[in-house]
This record gives sequence, structure tokens and C-alpha cells, in this order.
Amino acid sequence: MLEMSQVTKIYRTELVETHALRSLELHVGAGEFVAVTGPSGSGKTTFLNIAGLLETYSSGIYKLDGEDVSNLSDNQRSKLRNQKIGFIFQSFNLIPDLNLFDNADVPLRYRGMPAAERKRRIEEALGRVGLGSRMKHYPAELSGGQQQRAAIARALAGSPKLLLADEPTGNLDTHMARGVMELLEEINQQGTTIVMVTHDSELAARAQRNVHIVDGMATDLATEPALVRAALGATPYLPS
Amino acid sequence: MFSYYCNLALRSFKRNKVLTALMVLAIALGIGASMTTLTVFYVLSGDPMPGRSHTLFHPQLDMEGMNGYLKGEEPQIQLSRFDAETLLREKRGDLQAMMTGGSVSITPQKAELVPFIAEARYTTAEMFPMFQVPMLHGGAWSAADDEAHARVAVISKSLNQKLFGGASSVGKTLRIEDADVTIVGVLDDWRPSPKFYDVFAQRGYGETEDVYLPFSTSRDLKLGRSGNMDCWGDTSGQETDVNAPCAWIQYWVQLDTPEKVDAYRQYLMNYSDQQRAAGRFERPTNIRLRNVMEWLDFHRIVPSDVTMQVYLAFAFLGVCLLNTIGLLLAKFLRRSSELGVRRALGATRNAIFQQCMIEAGAIGIAGGVLGLGLAWLGLWGVRQQPVDYADLAHLNTSMLLATFAIAVTASLLAGLLPAFRAMQITPAMQLKAQ
Repeated sequence: MLEMSQVTKIYRTELVETHALRSLELHVGAGEFVAVTGPSGSGKTTFLNIAGLLETYSSGIYKLDGEDVSNLSDNQRSKLRNQKIGFIFQSFNLIPDLNLFDNADVPLRYRGMPAAERKRRIEEALGRVGLGSRMKHYPAELSGGQQQRAAIARALAGSPKLLLADEPTGNLDTHMARGVMELLEEINQQGTTIVMVTHDSELAARAQRNVHIVDGMATDLATEPALVRAALGATPYLPS
Repeated sequence: MFSYYCNLALRSFKRNKVLTALMVLAIALGIGASMTTLTVFYVLSGDPMPGRSHTLFHPQLDMEGMNGYLKGEEPQIQLSRFDAETLLREKRGDLQAMMTGGSVSITPQKAELVPFIAEARYTTAEMFPMFQVPMLHGGAWSAADDEAHARVAVISKSLNQKLFGGASSVGKTLRIEDADVTIVGVLDDWRPSPKFYDVFAQRGYGETEDVYLPFSTSRDLKLGRSGNMDCWGDTSGQETDVNAPCAWIQYWVQLDTPEKVDAYRQYLMNYSDQQRAAGRFERPTNIRLRNVMEWLDFHRIVPSDVTMQVYLAFAFLGVCLLNTIGLLLAKFLRRSSELGVRRALGATRNAIFQQCMIEAGAIGIAGGVLGLGLAWLGLWGVRQQPVDYADLAHLNTSMLLATFAIAVTASLLAGLLPAFRAMQITPAMQLKAQ
């Protein structure tokens, strides 16, 4: 589903070059639930932005669902993003003056879907996250957990193959975070690939696979048990 | 997507009512000012004979003596009576008429009405078909009436209303000075603007006359004339005599094709040569033959202050647009996070651009409606001014449409830069900044 090979991202200013990603290698298969962890400034968000086609990269190869995205135009990237990727953000990013129905409608509008089809998908998605009765509510009328559920419904309405979540529970209390996590697991069990960036070791542990990014390079923790412990904060990781 | 973007624009207006109102007001003020002045300019500089102005020509001859002669100088703007009558007699155009203005005393038959002075035009029969003067009752007199010095008249609709209560007065008698004339026609509403055939009276924007009489009859009755008269020789106090060296007759000729125009120009030159050979003209041949619009352009009929007002008003519209650009920029960039989310969810840059431009266009339409109200108010103000053209200052359909076209175009222009900046928003940056 997501194949990154030797992906490098360099931010350049007049004075300095910052290597946000260094030859990053990461492969995520269809149906996987992968947690991406790492310290602040390690390149997690840059990775997620590149994975979500929100940013371009400096070199390397990135294939999304088998399609090389290197040479796509901005328009083509927008369309691909709209068709294949769903986003869940830490701060929900719902549009405040649209109700839940209209928020979930946004990606479908850009896909040019007929009204009846949009309505069916939105009702189904909001129903799936338990907000079927709150379609006419505005984001400000909901709790944080409900807002994140609404954001998940917006992502689900487009039936994406890949769901990218950036600290999806970062703004929620423990109870709400658990509910959102259970929802993500349920979505994953139904076949959607999920890549989740998180600082929360408990959440990361619930993913099928953990990838740790440090200094712009990824390490698959499934093959490095010591790193697992370090990444999850059990013991400091000391390279041998 | 158009209706979706319209819906988003409405939501945006509701969200930022004050900012939206400021933008609408800025556009409306600019539109109101520019449309007020543009309407006045349009009315004053319009074609008084749409579809025909290119076939109606005003001939000029250099009839004066050598005293004060300057080579290439503009000839007299009017003709002498002798030359006008000669050109009329020789009928080299498709239609032609000689004329001058005047004023006459009218004694109403109704006892309750006191005698009054009315503006008059002494002319020849073909003026009516040549200027396509609309008739409410009856018709124009004939060339034979001109020849016969017939006691006939055509009167305006308003005079007919005043004297006869609006009923057809054809065949009735009108007492002019001490003579009775028979009314043969009543004009319908007719007011060419500018009044091209008499541009020097009331700066060319006066009302049309109430009474039209055959020129020959007016001379028989020795009716008072008005308007410019320029004499260059001994007149012995008889300036309106056939042979008086005075230019005071306005002359118009209809020439339907370019070939006829060329032929008529040649005819005028030949005529000048003949007159010089006969000793009447002293100056070298120097003629002019301008059509209506050329004639109006040459005499700069549109008052210069009106032209200046149009420039100033459009400059003001420019300032209003600059303000609108600033406000739109602030509005769109304040919504960077929303636009970033939309980009992340699949909106292309074009989609964001369209959304912003439709919002700008909607502001333009609202500004146009309000601007129309302000223009209406402005024109009302113009009509209260003591200027000759005051009563002409009205919005017509074409200016109404122009108002909206200018308002929408202006707002779209104002929206271009802000929309361009909005579509450049990097979604990743915006989402990170949340």
C-alpha cells in the first residue's frame, strides 16, 4: 500500500539545510495498522505529510497503492489524495461553520460524486462512528471525542485505502482516547490500512507494527526488540 | 460545484458580516460614483441619431472675404441664406434641410390661457424624414408647402397638450404673432441628445422646439430668430436677407453611401470654385463635411468638467478596489486553516481559486446592487443642479447592465490577487500550525 524507498526531505534556507528525512525506508502492506513513533523533531510529521501527498520530497521513490507519485502534478496529487487517503488530525480540523454532515461532505464534493451517493456515504460514515443523530450539529456543539469521531467519519466517507492519523488522541482525555482508538482498530479490522503517528506508547503498543523514526531515519521495531523497549519508554535504548 | 461555492460564499459572508459589509460598501461607493458620472457622460456623448448619424452631414463653406484670412482656418460653422437656399435647390443629397432657431408669440384660443412665447424652428420639409422625427398626429408639410410659403406648422406633443388637451390638433389653427397657421402635424416625444442640429444653444442639450414652421413662411411673417449670426460685410441692417453676407443658417444633408459623400464633397468644392469665379467668395476653396458624430467630436460638445468627473470617479473606484483587495486578502488569509484542510481533503488549487473568485464575484454583485442605488441617488442629485443637461441624467437599461458588469468585473479583478494567494496556501504548513 505504501512503499517508501530512500526518501529524503531537505528543507533549505539561505543559511542552513535541514535533513528532515534521510533515506527513509518504509513499506506498509494493505490492511496493516502501523504506529510511527519518535521524539519531537525526528521527522514523523514530515513523513506523514509526504505519505499524505501534502508535501513533496527531495529524492527517493514513493509508491502509493502501487503508483509512483514522484512526478505527479499538484492537481494529480490532490486527486489521488482525495481518492485514496483519509486524514485524521490531532486538532480534528473540522470546519467550524459547517455542520457534521457538511464537514463529511467536503472530500466527496471534490470527488464530484452525485448528491444521493454523497448522502448515503455520509449517513453511513457518521452512523459508523456513532454520530448518526448529530448530523446537523456544529463542531463547537460536540465534545473533543465526538469531534474526532466526526473527523474520522469525514475520512471514512471517502472509503480511503489508507488512513493517516497524526496524534489522533493527542487532544483527548484517556476515556475518549480509548474510544477513538477502538474505533480505529475496528476500521482497520474492516480492511483499511492505517498509519498512525503518536507519542503515546500505550497506543503505539496496540498497533500491529511499530516504526520508530529518529533523525529522519526509520527503524522497524519488530526486528529490533531493544528499540521496542526504548521507543515505548521501558528502558533507555543504548546502541550496542 | 458552482452552487456549492455560492453556498460557501454565503456562509463566509454570514461569518464575517462587518468585513463583508465593508467590502460591499467599498465597491458600492466606487460603483455609485463612477456610474453617476459615466451615465451623465454617456447621455451627453451618446449618438443622437443611432443608426443614422453616419449618413447625416453638416456642410461648411468658406464664404468670407480676405480680411483676417488664415490659411486652413475652420470655415464658418453656418451657411449664408443665399448658399443654403442654393444647396437646397440643387438637391445633391438624398435629403437636405436648412433651418434656424427662433421664438414666437402664441395666442391661445382658450380664453383661460394667456399668450406666451414658444421656442420655434424655421426649417424645410425634408428635416422631418431626414431626422426621422416621430409623429403623433398628422405629418410634416411638403416641399411644395415650402415653395408656396404655406401657413402651416408642426407642433410638439407638449404644446399640443397645453393648447388642445392632447387631442389631435391637425387641421386646427394656431395664432402665431399676428398670423394664423394651420397645424398639419403633432410630434411624438422626440429629444435627440445632444441636440446636434443646434449645438450652440444651451450647450447642445436643450429641449426640442415647440413650433416648427416653413423657413419661407417665417421670413414672410418676419418672425424673430435666435442663435449665432456672423456677418463679414455691409448688411445695411438686413442681416437675414438672401444676399446678406451673414452666416446664420444651419444646414444638414443626408448622404447614404460613401460614394455619395465623396461626390457631395466634390460638389461643395466645385460650388466654392464657381462662387469665387463669380466674385462672391474671395478665399481659396476650404470646405468641411462632417457627419453627426464627427461634428459633435469636433466641437467637444461634452462639457470638460463632466469628462474630468468621469476620470476622477474611476480613480476613486480604483482606490475602492485597492481597499477591497486588502480586505479580501485579509479575509482569505484569515481562513488559511480552513483552506488548508480543504486542500488536504482533496481540493485542487483551481478549486480553491474558484471558490475565492465566486466569493469575490458575489461581493461584486452585492456592491453593484448597492452601487446602483447610490448611482440613482447621485443622478437625482445631478438633476437638482442648475445645468442644461440636468434633466437628461437618468439610468437607462444599458447603463443598468453596465453597472453590474463593471461591479462584477471590478470585484473579480480585486479578487484575483487574494484568490491567487489563497490557492498557494500549503496545506501541510496550515495543518501543522493548528
